[in-house]
Amino acid sequence: MTVRIDLLPKTKYVVPGNSACAGCGMMIGLKVLGMALGEEAVLSIPASCASVVQGLGPKSGVALPILNVPFASAASVATGMSEAFRQLGVKGQAVVWAGDGGTADIGFAAVSAAAERNSDVLYIMYDNEAYMNTGIQRSSETPKGAWTTTTPTGKREAKKDVALILLAHGVPYVATANIAYPQDFYRKIKRASEIRGFKFIHLFAPCPPGWLFDPSLTVEVARKAVETGVFILWEYDNGELKLNPPSSALVDKSRRKPLVEYLKLQGRYAHLSEDQIKQMEEEIDRKWQFLLRFAQAARPRA
Amino acid sequence: MGLELVPVSRPAPGSGGITGTWRTLRPVVDLKKCIDCGICWLYCPESVIDWEKGQKIKIDYTYCKGCGICAHECPTKAIEMAPEAGL
Ligand SMILES: Cc1ncc(C[n+]2csc(CCOP(=O)(O)OP(=O)(O)O)c2C)c(N)n1
Ligand code: SF4
Ligand code: SF4
Ligand code: SF4
Repeated sequence: MTVRIDLLPKTKYVVPGNSACAGCGMMIGLKVLGMALGEEAVLSIPASCASVVQGLGPKSGVALPILNVPFASAASVATGMSEAFRQLGVKGQAVVWAGDGGTADIGFAAVSAAAERNSDVLYIMYDNEAYMNTGIQRSSETPKGAWTTTTPTGKREAKKDVALILLAHGVPYVATANIAYPQDFYRKIKRASEIRGFKFIHLFAPCPPGWLFDPSLTVEVARKAVETGVFILWEYDNGELKLNPPSSALVDKSRRKPLVEYLKLQGRYAHLSEDQIKQMEEEIDRKWQFLLRFAQAARPRA
Repeated sequence: MGLELVPVSRPAPGSGGITGTWRTLRPVVDLKKCIDCGICWLYCPESVIDWEKGQKIKIDYTYCKGCGICAHECPTKAIEMAPEAGL
């Protein structure tokens, strides 16, 4: 199932010397997207770090065809591209590559509309849990308790589970992915692009300057999010919702690493009290219970 | 006239400048310790590590930003982050 690392394509879809910060998690995701879809992908990118990291013209730091489009239009633009591919008989996959702000907040109506139409679009939300390129403002994907410049004492509201909201639209494919598990993300992109209709992937992508950690720890932070149960890897395909490894081995919460191992790596959680961390732990467990009930309900009958 | 009506950028190295100058730490590889697993290649966010199995890795220092992910993820600790000369 897992593709061997030495068999992954070597073409550089992320071009060296781009404008992304050192250690940017999202760029690891873009690399994998290029490996999985190559020349077949045409991207629609709304205002975000993903538009900035390409660099200033006339050079681009991402070797994929990209339309940089205004906020809230990305899913609609991708719908138009997919219709054009269909009418012209071109083999291509329209991909939206958008941040959490551009997806769960500002672009949400267009995302929901594209899902409702079941447009032939692969929508990937890279989640750095805030509006990063404008200076770390909170989004609806910022977790409760996290510091941002607009939540100086920690965000009060809970993180929105946008993947489950998309699942409730009745689209054929929804998954979560994490940059610490590139081969899992690769497989999910490949699988999603085989399906005609609306596909959604929620990609967890840590951001060193926004989460206040050393850039060498980007993959470590992403991995700890899965190992502590903060971020759950799952996939909804063919009417069935499954957990993916390593999350599938973490249903029993005693198998998960203590939450502090994730939190202590990041300055954005430095102010949390023990009580708050305990509360967070309980909320994570509730999230697991909720998802597992979905998995139970979405299992095809024998 | 070669004028483009739509503003188009084309992929090229250095769209953000010579990003190797951002570096304060330099990844130094000890190829004797390297087991040729490709993990650093897979995770390098900048695509500055070249790797083909059997040929070991090579880092392009012109654009390597010195993030240190390669050193942190290497299973044999074959990469060390050394202070850049003159810093
Ligand atoms: C209509 C409109 N409103 C506001 C902005 C300013 N703006 C540009 S990017 C951005 C935040 C994007 O956040 P997100 O989608 O999470 O992506 P990230 O920057 O984190 O990669 C904002 C508010 C804009 N470009 N257009
Ligand atoms: S601010 Fe964060 S997401 Fe944006 S380019 Fe920098 S590291 Fe990447
Ligand atoms: S991660 Fe370490 S052992 Fe693996 S290829 Fe890179 S330097 Fe060699
Ligand atoms: S330090 Fe960062 S940019 Fe440089 S080779 Fe290692 S992972 Fe790539």
